[in-house]
Amino acid sequence: MDIQIQDADVYALAHHHRFQWEEAQNSYVILFPEGMVKLHGGAGEVLKRVDGKATVGEIVADLKATFPDAEDIEKDIIGMFELATGKGWLRKV
Amino acid sequence: MTQASLGESVVQKTVHAAVNNGVAASATQTQPLWLLAEVTYRCPLHCAFCYNPTDYDKHTQNELTTEQWIQTLRDARKLGAIQLGISGGEPLLRDDIEDIVVEAKKLGYYSNLITSGVGLTEKRIQAFKDGGLDHIQLSMHDITEEINNFITNTKTFELKKKVAAMIKSHGYPMVLNVVIHRYNIDHMKEILEMAEALGADYIELANNQYYGWSLVNRSQLMPTREQLERAEAVTNEFRATGTKMKIFYVVPDYFNDRPKKCMNGWGEVFMIVTANGDVLPCHSARVLPNMKFPNVKDNDLGWSWKDSPAFNKYRGDSWMKEPCRSCDEKEKDLGGCRCQSFLLTGDAEAADPVCSKSPHHHLIEKAIEDAKNPVIAAQPILFRNDKNSKKIISGELKELTDAFHALP
Repeated sequence: MDIQIQDADVYALAHHHRFQWEEAQNSYVILFPEGMVKLHGGAGEVLKRVDGKATVGEIVADLKATFPDAEDIEKDIIGMFELATGKGWLRKV
Repeated sequence: MTQASLGESVVQKTVHAAVNNGVAASATQTQPLWLLAEVTYRCPLHCAFCYNPTDYDKHTQNELTTEQWIQTLRDARKLGAIQLGISGGEPLLRDDIEDIVVEAKKLGYYSNLITSGVGLTEKRIQAFKDGGLDHIQLSMHDITEEINNFITNTKTFELKKKVAAMIKSHGYPMVLNVVIHRYNIDHMKEILEMAEALGADYIELANNQYYGWSLVNRSQLMPTREQLERAEAVTNEFRATGTKMKIFYVVPDYFNDRPKKCMNGWGEVFMIVTANGDVLPCHSARVLPNMKFPNVKDNDLGWSWKDSPAFNKYRGDSWMKEPCRSCDEKEKDLGGCRCQSFLLTGDAEAADPVCSKSPHHHLIEKAIEDAKNPVIAAQPILFRNDKNSKKIISGELKELTDAFHALP
């Protein structure tokens, strides 16, 4: 997987995918034909900010502000973008 | 937030056949994430490989009402169900699918209509789109009109292509399901190319598994090991071309040394509600002896899932006997499929005979040999239709089902 995530990039949920909070599972999930992914903790926090408008840089800044105690958060956020793009959950706008 | 905390658990499945889907969900998952609503057993197609029960004709007159389905959807959602498959038979034979779709959307399901395409009109698909149906899974059978029409026992080839275009033009993801058997397996490359040409986003190549009508027609449908190996190689070559289409390849369990983890475990993530309201952990569970399955007309759905004796009977592994009990691979497959064990060996708790460690494994080897026997393989196919189902129920076709320990 060779995906370069840049600060200025804008991502949106891939076509035919749906992102929602699931009370019964106490987590965010991504739904798509024939499958679903349960997102733990931070992954949901990242994806709920992906709206096809905010840049990666803005999302990082927002998460840093929301979770000031989390260390080295940027690397994890970028990692999440890489994972989600590689899996086809996100598309670059 | 660490990379580890992102830990995904991907649950993937296919819904057409009773299959193992390479699911990676935890064994302690006790929510019916997947609700399959088999809303009717009526069907305009007569597919030889249909997994529906051969005695389905008993359940074409006592279907749940719209209100009962809507209540079932609500109750299942409360239990955590999130993926909804609307299947059959052919669900479009009911005129209330539009109402079911609207309710599913309201409840937050990701909903899927599983259809042959027969009965899908511009008017209905527009209503589904407006109502919030998320996707449509269309069954395709072959690239040739001849095989399509033969195996479904209907003239539906041209119609399916039209329906595929209709699905695409309404902005739906194109999800194709192709059941693979002796008659189409040598066309794998062409089938994949057709899917790509139709603009498919997903294609499910579901190697035939032997339940229902498919078990009765096993010797006529089963491909050879050589055919399977070629088909798998072709599929892998196609994947390597960099296609954007997602390809799900459902492995043919008869040709494996180990059984499938059927339904990802009994009562773990799947719940099926049948046309007449029976609540089942898998499509063919009603073949099992001495089991009383709950029914939505009589039982609370939460009780059915969590507490009913039927759903608890094969949860986990405490029911196992040897060779499964002491097997170091038992968590991988949970002993395979209870229905397959019972149908073929007469003991639901026996190891799935697909397993090479099973004392009944010779039954699988014999079935593979029988399928190669030109005399046996040349016997006529029993197509799935009301007339044949009535004959099965009356015992008129006993010689076709005698080898099995229950009506498939």
